[in-house]
Amino acid sequence: MPILSAPSHPLSNDEVSRIRNDFPLLSSEMNGRPLIYLDSGATSQNPVSVLEAEQEYYEQRNAAVHRGAHTLAVEATDAYEAARTTVASFIGASPEEIVFTSNATEALNLVAYSLSNASLGLGGADARPYALGPGDSIVVTEMEHHANLIPWQELAARTGASLRFIPVDDDGALRLEEAASVIDGSTRLLAFTHASNVLGTINPVEELVSLARGVGALTVLDACQSVPHLPVDVAALDVDFMAFSGHKMLGPTGIGALYGKSKHLHAMPPFLTGGSMITTVTMERAEYLPPPARFEAGTQRISQAVALGSAVNYLVETGMDRIEEWERLLGERLVVGLEQIDGVRVLGPRAGQPRIGLAAFDVDGVHSHDVGQFLDSRGIAVRVGHHCAQPLHRRLGLTASTRASTYLYNTTDEVDAFLAAVADVRSFFGASA
Amino acid sequence: MSSDLESLYQDIILDHAKRRVGQGPLEPSSDASSVAASSATGESHQLNPICGDEITLRVWLAESRIERVVWQGAGCAISMASASVLTELVSGGTRDEMMEQLDRFRELMRSRGTIVPDEEILGDAAAFAGVSRFPARVKCAMLAWVALEEAVLAANS
Repeated sequence: MPILSAPSHPLSNDEVSRIRNDFPLLSSEMNGRPLIYLDSGATSQNPVSVLEAEQEYYEQRNAAVHRGAHTLAVEATDAYEAARTTVASFIGASPEEIVFTSNATEALNLVAYSLSNASLGLGGADARPYALGPGDSIVVTEMEHHANLIPWQELAARTGASLRFIPVDDDGALRLEEAASVIDGSTRLLAFTHASNVLGTINPVEELVSLARGVGALTVLDACQSVPHLPVDVAALDVDFMAFSGHKMLGPTGIGALYGKSKHLHAMPPFLTGGSMITTVTMERAEYLPPPARFEAGTQRISQAVALGSAVNYLVETGMDRIEEWERLLGERLVVGLEQIDGVRVLGPRAGQPRIGLAAFDVDGVHSHDVGQFLDSRGIAVRVGHHCAQPLHRRLGLTASTRASTYLYNTTDEVDAFLAAVADVRSFFGASA
Repeated sequence: MSSDLESLYQDIILDHAKRRVGQGPLEPSSDASSVAASSATGESHQLNPICGDEITLRVWLAESRIERVVWQGAGCAISMASASVLTELVSGGTRDEMMEQLDRFRELMRSRGTIVPDEEILGDAAAFAGVSRFPARVKCAMLAWVALEEAVLAANS
């Protein structure tokens, strides 16, 4: 595999303009205006190289992987496993610690259902330490995306464990002083987000992992909003599991990944079962392959994995340090601009405080659906609603908000056009004083 | 501003979104004088899980006539205006007239902009014709109407 390297100088609007040429959809028009895509937190756009990688796979290598002796099957397997290696090295993991899933939601459910199966006694003696039951607790945070909340609600319901949460304060920051009492000797698992998809906050992973480690609890990190936007070294974070999605990092839909420490994946029972994950099968029972194959039942998302590998290469060539810094600038510009608009309340950290390149906000007197519709008429695509985080919105006294989220292909001019449009929202709807 | 946006947010709609005719307490006791003792009443709660818009609507019927509609809700301009327009439109009319209006409104919303609304029947609700060209917003406009339909059924059961 070629060693990819990125330039060291910071990204600029000029360079971002060149990057944009790699993304066909970004040059389109929306409602008669040039598209300003500020919804990458929901799904990102794809560079030509990613689209071509998927097509090239189908044109030149398509076959079922890990079976068949023919040359195509070997080439398809090589391409699939090369993608695994690429994704693993991107986050500082070993390839056998990466399980491909259809998305981050499935990755999180995989952990939950594997623990659930262990709790039923499946997986033998190795899996016993992963069993949960009454008296145990699972801890999440109040800012979680539903994908990192509901699987744990369900796991608690299935095992009799209780579910607790670390609350957030009025600004949406985790109340860390309470975390130390919420996480106690009964806690078996702590699941939390690295970067909030609503607030843009970057959570203190080290502190939370240390609290969990202190009571012997497993840690699960939702990295959907961090892996695409910041350099992430999972070994340094020292979490037990980490989930992220391909379509939020320039890859196609239908592919995501679960990172799991090797010792856990080796000991845990499978979630989905069937072909490609077994060694010996009788009519009564089956023996399972070691990970990651144990967790990849059935024909896999081969072309999507290959395309995700290509997306990772694009990010590496651009430079994750540079992307992080560029989006920090865009995020700060968003917040500073929004805070200056009458009747706009930004959720999460104030200007000057760390955040990823996204900002969710409330416009006084105008519902987020109407804000989004108004912005759409100017070609600006944003997310509206609860962003799959109803409890967090309720805590902040809202049912919905509007969110602008950036990526490496957004310019400061786009942020400014967005801010100018938001400034016109209240007068259009007659909400200005 | 694009004409599309103005066709969606007609002045009538923006006005009703603020006036919110019929928004008020759902308890009958608050305005008992206007409701005949013999009237039947029904209530419905509707939620749009996509955006969190919700409405609770109560209707009073006396001898197949809609005596009174009150509702409480939170949501976008389209959903709140639709509840307000509906209240003005159906109050005092018969149940059959209301069902006819509901059918016409539903048909209009599903038309993707292909139907010219009958203002004789729909009154101010004809202003929602532009909504039908924004499929993502049709549910917003329908929310109060679905609540009304369910509340009337509940009152008759």
